[in-house]
Amino acid sequence: MKNIAKYGAVSALSLVIGASAAFAENIKIAFIDPLSGPFASTGTNGLHQFEFAADYMVNDKGGLLDGQQMEVLAFDNKISPKESLIQLQVAIDQGARYVVQGNSSGVANALTEAIDKHNRRNPDSRVLFLNYAAVDPALTNDKCNFWHFRFDANSDIKMDALTDVIVQDDSIKKVYIIGQDYSFGKAVSAAANEMLGAKGDGIEVVGDELHPIGKVKDFTPYARKVVSSGADAVITGNWGADMLGIGKAIIDNGFEGPIYTYYAAGSGITAAFGESGKDKIRLISQGSINPIATEEARETYNAFLEKYPDGNIDQSRIFNTIGMLAQAITEAGSATDVVAVASKLEGMEYDSMWGGKLFMRPQDHQIIQDMHVGVHTNDNLDFDYDQSGFGVVTESTVEMASMDSPTTCEMKRPE
Amino acid sequence: MDLILVNLIDGLVTGLLLFMLSAGLTLIFSMMGVLNFAHASFYMLGAYFAYQISIALGFWMGLLIAPLVVGVLGAGVERYGLRRVHQYGHVPELIFTFGLALLIEELVQFIWGKNQLPYSVPDALNFTAFAISGNSIPAYKIFMIFISISIFIGLLYVLTKTRVGMIIQAALSYPRTVEALGHNVPLIFMGVFGVGTALAGVAGVIAGPVLGTFPGMAFVLGSIVFVTIVIGGLGSLWGALIASLLIGWITTFAKSYNIEMENILTGLGISKPESLDDSIFRDFWSLTSPQIADILPYILMVLILIFRPAGLFGKRSS
Repeated sequence: MKNIAKYGAVSALSLVIGASAAFAENIKIAFIDPLSGPFASTGTNGLHQFEFAADYMVNDKGGLLDGQQMEVLAFDNKISPKESLIQLQVAIDQGARYVVQGNSSGVANALTEAIDKHNRRNPDSRVLFLNYAAVDPALTNDKCNFWHFRFDANSDIKMDALTDVIVQDDSIKKVYIIGQDYSFGKAVSAAANEMLGAKGDGIEVVGDELHPIGKVKDFTPYARKVVSSGADAVITGNWGADMLGIGKAIIDNGFEGPIYTYYAAGSGITAAFGESGKDKIRLISQGSINPIATEEARETYNAFLEKYPDGNIDQSRIFNTIGMLAQAITEAGSATDVVAVASKLEGMEYDSMWGGKLFMRPQDHQIIQDMHVGVHTNDNLDFDYDQSGFGVVTESTVEMASMDSPTTCEMKRPE
Repeated sequence: MDLILVNLIDGLVTGLLLFMLSAGLTLIFSMMGVLNFAHASFYMLGAYFAYQISIALGFWMGLLIAPLVVGVLGAGVERYGLRRVHQYGHVPELIFTFGLALLIEELVQFIWGKNQLPYSVPDALNFTAFAISGNSIPAYKIFMIFISISIFIGLLYVLTKTRVGMIIQAALSYPRTVEALGHNVPLIFMGVFGVGTALAGVAGVIAGPVLGTFPGMAFVLGSIVFVTIVIGGLGSLWGALIASLLIGWITTFAKSYNIEMENILTGLGISKPESLDDSIFRDFWSLTSPQIADILPYILMVLILIFRPAGLFGKRSS
């Protein structure tokens, strides 16, 4: 009896060792974003899309190189830059060579600095920072570095496309800008002011203000100011609960014009707006869901819905991130030599299943792609969000938006 | 200037909502001497229960049933949780309620997920009651004011005019004497705790459709409720009311008018530095009131603690 137990233990142990040896070759991607607190839903939905994209686009197709699997490790940073740095260290210790993060440019700024330092000091365990949603322009300008790649359009590019659309609309003469009080909210406001000033003949900014991020309980007073300013349109970079709060308050207050947003879709926001936001909420984003861009995208979306019936692909750039990373690893022939992988990512052209061509600009690591402005509606949908019957339908497209936009980035490449 | 009236109404709505939360909390504190960290979590539960009930039976049944369920849950927590912990002193009680708050948040996320829920205003109230120079006042806001004020009047009546209220008040101050007179004090405690949490539940039911129903809703409101009862004076119902309204109006007006720090400072006779770009006070000079509106109550609390530690209406001498 004793012997059997012994053999059992030994064989179990060897199994464990064998299994961990197989796992050791996994390509570990550390996902550092809020998974608790007021922005938990945004973070969790992003995580689901990453896990699905890694499985569906890479692992189910046999992995990369000699069959290596992509593994997404989740770290909760509670949207705090301080917490993120701790989690970054844990992630590196666990062997992650790729860090993905997107929620809050404040966190992204802290991470990109820390990763730059880490890579200089520890050439043996360098990591790449794949930023899928933090859009502060500084990250690909003054604060750019070789290790950071942005797969989302930065807020200047989005605003460039958005203001193109606003200027074409003759009914908009007065614009109100409102945002969260941190680097990104300020960047949105600065870009909107500058671009409307440069492009819009006679478009007046009648209000421009910031509110504390994640702390406002009732947005009604802000909404009152929007209505009494006589604005024809609102621009906001808000996200998460702050987006729903400001949007609901403005609509409840009797505002009839369009509300141009960066993030008013998915994560329950579409369902919560429902009928009240119809034809009012506008959204700037990459990748077209309605009408769906390609048959491949339709299949992918359906497969995603099979796994997460109440989920949304509201950040199709996550699939681009995984796709481009996979292509770069394959081309570089290594997942551990991140300098080689980064060199392949630089200047990469990639055909996205969500439509259009993507180009990773080598001089600042900013992706260039088609931008779409869509409207929140329940008509002509291929895929709705939040099982609500409502979704975002593309109204206008700016091709390869801001391809030639200037950058102040002085990229220092490793020797 | 029409905005002043609109802002008065908005501030009143915010303040009264805050009052429904702080009323329960302040009663519970004066009774048991324990700060209930989980109080805002009961507010959240109210919203989630009401959402669930409203799917099956409609909003009005949600308004009726959800607070009852929350109240029963609250009473259960007192009876089977707090009462056992009570004998070990205040610190274990605090830790217990703190843990309970975390537990409830996790449970809510587990059952309903982390997304915003589409809990919305009932159709019967989804219209504009009236408009003041283009600013519409939704009927739902009027309904919120109506509900909160009736609850306040009801509470005041029960506490000051009825026999039950008198026993409660006596039990608050002299529990042992009341017990010696043959009243069941633990039962009173349980009842007050249940009613307090049920009030938080009502607040959740009616606030959920306007302020959003999501797992962070307790967190967003949690700290401000404590600020309210500290400003009003721990244990005082009137204090809670005045402090709630004060906070409601202060934050609303601060958000509505762009008062710039620059104007205040120059008004005080401090001259503005030539170039702000390299001044260490740059951020301070460029502050505007909407930016700091939601922090103002905390500043007020600090001032109150310095100059009137017992709060506006607090009776504590020690």
